[in-house]
Amino acid sequence: MVRILPKTKAAAVNPLKSSQPLGAALAFLGIEGAIPLFHGSQGCTSFALVLFVRHFKEAIPLQTTAMDEVATILGGADHLEEAIVNLKGRTNPKLIGVCTTALAETRGEDFAADIANIRIKRAEELAGTEVVLANTPDFGGAIEEGWAKAVTSLIGSITRRGELPRQSNKIAILPGWNLTVADLEHLRETVESFELEPVIVPDVSGSLDGTVPDRWVATTYGGAKVDDIRELGTAVQCIAIGEHMRCPAELLHMLTDVPYALFQSLTGLKDADRFISLLSAISGKPVPAGVRRRRAQLQDALLDGHFHFGDKKIAIAAEPDQLYQLATFFVGMGCEIAAAVTTTDMSEVLEKVPADQVQIGDLGDLEALGAGADLLVTHSHGRQAAQRLGIPLMRVGFPVFDRLGSQHKLTVLYQGTRDLIFEVANIFQAKRHAPTPETLDPFRHREMPDELSSSPLARV
Amino acid sequence: MSSLNAKIQDLFNEPACEKNRGKDAKARKRGCTKPLTPGAAAGGCAFDGAKIVLQPVTDVAHLVHAPLACEGNSWDNRGTASSGPTLWRTSFTTDLTELDVVMGQGERKLFKAIREIKEAYAPPAIFVYSTCVPALIGDDIEAVCKRAAEKFGLPVVPVNAPGFAGSKNLGNKLAGEALLDHVIGTAEPDDAGPYDINILGEFNLSGEFWLVKPLLDRLGIRVRASIPGDARYLDIASAHRARATMVVCSTALINLARKMEQRWDIPFFEGSFYGISGTSGALRQIARLLVKKGADSEILGRTDALIAEEETIAWQKLAAYRPRLEGKRVLLNTGGVKSWSVVHALMEIGIEIVGTSVKKSTIEDKQRIKKILKHENHMFETMAPRDLYAMLSRDEADIMLSGGRTQFIALKAKLPWLDINQERHHPYAGYDGMVELVRQIDLAIHNPVWRQVREAPPWECQPVLADESPSTNNETTAVQAINFAGTSADDLGEC
Repeated sequence: MVRILPKTKAAAVNPLKSSQPLGAALAFLGIEGAIPLFHGSQGCTSFALVLFVRHFKEAIPLQTTAMDEVATILGGADHLEEAIVNLKGRTNPKLIGVCTTALAETRGEDFAADIANIRIKRAEELAGTEVVLANTPDFGGAIEEGWAKAVTSLIGSITRRGELPRQSNKIAILPGWNLTVADLEHLRETVESFELEPVIVPDVSGSLDGTVPDRWVATTYGGAKVDDIRELGTAVQCIAIGEHMRCPAELLHMLTDVPYALFQSLTGLKDADRFISLLSAISGKPVPAGVRRRRAQLQDALLDGHFHFGDKKIAIAAEPDQLYQLATFFVGMGCEIAAAVTTTDMSEVLEKVPADQVQIGDLGDLEALGAGADLLVTHSHGRQAAQRLGIPLMRVGFPVFDRLGSQHKLTVLYQGTRDLIFEVANIFQAKRHAPTPETLDPFRHREMPDELSSSPLARV
Repeated sequence: MSSLNAKIQDLFNEPACEKNRGKDAKARKRGCTKPLTPGAAAGGCAFDGAKIVLQPVTDVAHLVHAPLACEGNSWDNRGTASSGPTLWRTSFTTDLTELDVVMGQGERKLFKAIREIKEAYAPPAIFVYSTCVPALIGDDIEAVCKRAAEKFGLPVVPVNAPGFAGSKNLGNKLAGEALLDHVIGTAEPDDAGPYDINILGEFNLSGEFWLVKPLLDRLGIRVRASIPGDARYLDIASAHRARATMVVCSTALINLARKMEQRWDIPFFEGSFYGISGTSGALRQIARLLVKKGADSEILGRTDALIAEEETIAWQKLAAYRPRLEGKRVLLNTGGVKSWSVVHALMEIGIEIVGTSVKKSTIEDKQRIKKILKHENHMFETMAPRDLYAMLSRDEADIMLSGGRTQFIALKAKLPWLDINQERHHPYAGYDGMVELVRQIDLAIHNPVWRQVREAPPWECQPVLADESPSTNNETTAVQAINFAGTSADDLGEC
């Protein structure tokens, strides 16, 4: 049984989290013609924007209500209205996704009412633009919560309610934030190979996949269509990926009676098998030859790869669903989770993480607990810890700003699992030391070498 | 809050600010920050500005008292370099939770955080940054810092620049004030000498100050404190014993320079280490100020000799690029052309400046720009991304030099781009830095990818052929047809 250890420090050292509104904005960026709007001071937006740009290497549409001292004291509703009207006038987006921040939420206004009023008052000007609200103060949650709230709010405000005639081949897919562009592309192709029609919400594979459009677009230029969100209720089945997507899937079910299946992870042979079986059952089609071939390739990768994984100690820091996804992958390959650090104790998936304990904390905790591990697994900010500890770092999640192409890395289904096996095995192989008389000396253990590293955290 | 307001008002009154001198009393009182337009604003907040100025102080623990976003979304994001301590790259934040906010536990958490840092890292000082939320719920960070300093016996410096107070630039200045109020003058150096200087507003991006420091070393000039690039806490604490100050980025720290002159009689000048003439001018000014403050005047001759030597070498190196860069058109899109000597050096080797932003330029600057630009209408206050994209797509420039914010406008228009702001990866200061800048421009413009990305796919280039063979849409056939016609594959792209 996994023990979940609460945070005890007052100072977070090297944060693991990115903020909750950033997660919500990321979800809105997966909608076509959208602009996320932060309700807060301009710094809130600027920091998130810079971080997005560093990760995606793309121009990111993200705006701010630019609350100043006066708005902070008297209330930000006017700023919110002005921002929405300005955005509409300048860029005519199909969707404005309002993400509140700590500043606005600490003041504590009724944002839903504000937005409803604005939409009535400015009905003519705002025609053709959806305005959706996610309550995402920075003092709660992280990307996972923000993303889930945004998707929940998209469904709650846009999807047509009531039981609708179902299209027998239409599948609604609600992916967690930790799925990459490559993951979504692969999911789509796989679903289509069963002659099913996937509607992915949000779909960053259309908007953040790094292309060169032939004109300047001030909003997102791809992703899930607002109309598709409206018609989600006509799907025959919803598939949610990640425990944090349970809430939006539940809401969709409540509003439209579309049943949902939840996959906490799509990485690993077993979960991929479940997913493929489900597609086969829904479509009534046999599993296509291509998919069978991928499965056989994964079997072979498991066979070739397992030599490199046995007994390796892995230290992972990630948000709950990604932690679960990666920890189960590594344990499934014969590794041991030496350290697991995550951002919150609120996710039910943590109970299933195959580790002795999960620490709620930061990268400082990862550095302290991970000393002596064979591999650190977290986002780019783990680079300092990896350097100090002399342990290789596998970059996952967000942000990855010091490597190119993280969005095009596949991590799900047979092919993604196969790729992960190769990536990790190659890291281990690159690190392999040639045997020396000293390392093999039968008396070496009797001297008890000092294993503490030079990290200040390792001594705490 | 009222003390913060007084401080901000004081900053708006800065007499050394060139822009400010041009205003009447009423305009001055209104301050420098233009009101932001919600839904059309860009740029950081006051906290961002304060953090930018102080974060490069390398041996200090920087503790951000805030909910996650302020620090969690922004740490370890700048290319400043340290020659020793790395503590500045470790991120500390109180990561305020909902419970902390609701229960008013902010101050206690901050105090505890200071203790944890002191015990685990024993830094020479801790800088504590206030942000919007603690300011809103009324956390008194100055009192907490004072108490913590007494209790733990180390300097704990409050930096009071919550985001909603204003712009990034205001934050820069508030950071300078924090140093003035709490740090500078708190330690006495035992080795003060007649050749000691301060450099203000030098961030040591990509370590570029190390291209300049050897020049100063050669002249026997010692940098008492470089604020903030590669600074140590004690250097800053004893900065008041320097004999002269050079202000590199004047918009950020001019107030600090003027107040140091007022308080400790340290004369200052505004200069730049960018460009050949800029670097030479700065070296001469430093020597002159030192002589004025009592240094032996022989340093003036030595300085001139060094300049002559270094300039000759630099111009020789630059001349090598003339054949490759002559006639190339540069669009400068940065807040203000920080150094005219960069423009001067670029033009000296035959590069044309086809447009520039004058958002932060003074009237004097604008006159100079008019002289060098071919078309006056290419001087713009700000340009909407869409317009800039259109201009670049029309092939009106060969390269854009700007900050990361407009990077993708150039790249998506398939135009070479070079970062000349804080995220850049190359050092551009001093004589060698100027050569490096030109080398990077050369590399960017002449990279073979431009030809490749601009080429349309071959199947979109054959309207004539399509007419000739209406019976087939098969691209293989079409390509073969072209080959039969004796056209090389290269020509396929030239449509």
